[in-house]
Amino acid sequence: MDRQPIIQVRDLIARYEEETILEGVSFDVFEGEIFIILGGSGCGKSTLLKHLIGLIRPYSGRILIDGEDISAADSRGYQKLLRRIGILYQSGALFGSMTVAENVALPIMEYTDLSSDLVSALVRMKLNLVQLEGYEDYLPSEISGGMKKRAGLARAMALNPKILFFDEPSAGLDPVTSAGLDRLILHLNKSLGTTMVIVTHELQSILTVGQRVIMLDKGTKGIIAEGNPSHLRETSRNPLVWRFFNRRPEESAIPA
Amino acid sequence: MHSAKGQESWGYESSDDSKGGWILHLTGRMDAANAASMLRNLGPLLQSKAPNSLTVDLAEVTYVDDFGVLVLIQLRHMITAQSGSFSLIHVTDGVREILSLLHFDDLTEKIPLAGKQVPNIFIRLGDATLGHINDFRYLTSFTGSVFLALLYVCRHPRSLRSEDTVLAMQKTGVDALPIVGLISFLLGLIIAFMSSVQLRQFGADIYVASLVGLAMTRELGPIMTAIIVAGRSGSAFAAEIGTMRISEEIDALFTMGFDPTRFLAIPKIVASIVVVPLLTLFSDFFAILGGLVVGVLMLDLTANAYMAQTFLTLTPFDVFLGVMKSGVFAFLISWIGCFRGFRVRGGAAGVGEATTSAVVSSIFLISLTDSVFSVILRYWG
Repeated sequence: MDRQPIIQVRDLIARYEEETILEGVSFDVFEGEIFIILGGSGCGKSTLLKHLIGLIRPYSGRILIDGEDISAADSRGYQKLLRRIGILYQSGALFGSMTVAENVALPIMEYTDLSSDLVSALVRMKLNLVQLEGYEDYLPSEISGGMKKRAGLARAMALNPKILFFDEPSAGLDPVTSAGLDRLILHLNKSLGTTMVIVTHELQSILTVGQRVIMLDKGTKGIIAEGNPSHLRETSRNPLVWRFFNRRPEESAIPA
Repeated sequence: MHSAKGQESWGYESSDDSKGGWILHLTGRMDAANAASMLRNLGPLLQSKAPNSLTVDLAEVTYVDDFGVLVLIQLRHMITAQSGSFSLIHVTDGVREILSLLHFDDLTEKIPLAGKQVPNIFIRLGDATLGHINDFRYLTSFTGSVFLALLYVCRHPRSLRSEDTVLAMQKTGVDALPIVGLISFLLGLIIAFMSSVQLRQFGADIYVASLVGLAMTRELGPIMTAIIVAGRSGSAFAAEIGTMRISEEIDALFTMGFDPTRFLAIPKIVASIVVVPLLTLFSDFFAILGGLVVGVLMLDLTANAYMAQTFLTLTPFDVFLGVMKSGVFAFLISWIGCFRGFRVRGGAAGVGEATTSAVVSSIFLISLTDSVFSVILRYWG
């Protein structure tokens, strides 16, 4: 299968005021792959993600999503682009005044012509998929953090977008739930061909689901490694990458 | 038969088999964009055709997601309702994956709807009653903890968080001065203007000064100030504490060994009790100024005469009464504002409700307390 790049980032420079976070970052994400952005704290992972989904405009450089330049798109173009992507925020970002089912139904109601019966049937199917059956009428404040995250995922994929972005999907989840989420990600990727872009530093998830990763570093303000995660773990000679994949502290850290 | 609309679209061809069954060859994408039109077109067709079996051929289908599965489920539901049989042919691996992920084969019944059930009137009545009882219990314990904390602060004045208190004084008092001044000035102007129309008929122009002075210092000054403070600061207290509640900051305070009441509520309550009476004095002053402007410009009184009449009417007790009342109002506003903040449950909407109810409760309590004062003074003073 000839793979087309669905996201292209070229010479991205990200700045907050005077502070440069990313300096000249370029990479491609191909259609249907699970792509992971990783790195230590403060390396600009979240900043990069916010650039990819257009919440922040780049200082310079180009970001093409599905062939369209997100940094140059006017508001109508951007709106159309948003229909093709779904985002799972770190803590779910469910609307607190709506039930779980209403949260998931909102985009479906808004963007399709299905009758409300069918929408609620779909919502049930989607909640089943993330193992939240029976929680339709709960308010976000009444369910646990892991459930919020799964409900957030159900909402992010309400319209089955071409690209799903995940901001730290396993942060704050127990290992069992986290492994369940990993498996769900793999299933969705296989059955729907959804491209997944995941920001995380959960080593286990990276090795389980990741097909290709880029690793960012605070010092160089750019990509220090790119490739298959298991391969990187075995072969990388870069001490930063090696330490990350083998869970070793920095030399200056507390001695063993 | 064929239908095609646009490029990322769907279409179908159909044929009959020898045993009275109907074969539907679908093409294109079965996704969110097409699901509604598929059901709109295929549903009536299937109903009018009423075959004894339906076979859906997925060979030409390029993409199926859960919207597509929903279409298949609906078609199957319709054919089984007509006691026909349903089958799928040419199912690709990707489609099989999504079908099994969604338990397509187990969903033989129509998917039950997630209808919201409205509980009956007794349940709702009971719920509301329990809610109010809970509220009242919390209010009682909160009031108790406020008084205990105030007592503690009186005995250990250094335990008061002075920086927070000064900041609250600035926000509640100093920052409110322009709006309180402006509204009071206009109020004085209006009272003077309205009363002058009546009093002039009796040649009693000079009593405009008495009326403005007395009405403002005893009643309107404290009430107007309190209402403005309730709107500006009572709401702010509720929103600030409520947001801290939902982001677990209050739990953090508690587990770090701080008393949330003493830490958050007391500085606000103390600051309000100090600055609101001062604001009231300013309000009185600006209202009298407003009256003076009308007196001088419209009633041909001299400024001297107006002020002399004002001082003749007002006793120190009137001013003291107003100031004392406003101190009580200040306590009520900050107390109920903090209480609503601590009671926030849920998320952003909860903060909004708390803010609204802080202002509404404050205004209610202000009017109620003012009436009580009036009754007491009527029989006592």
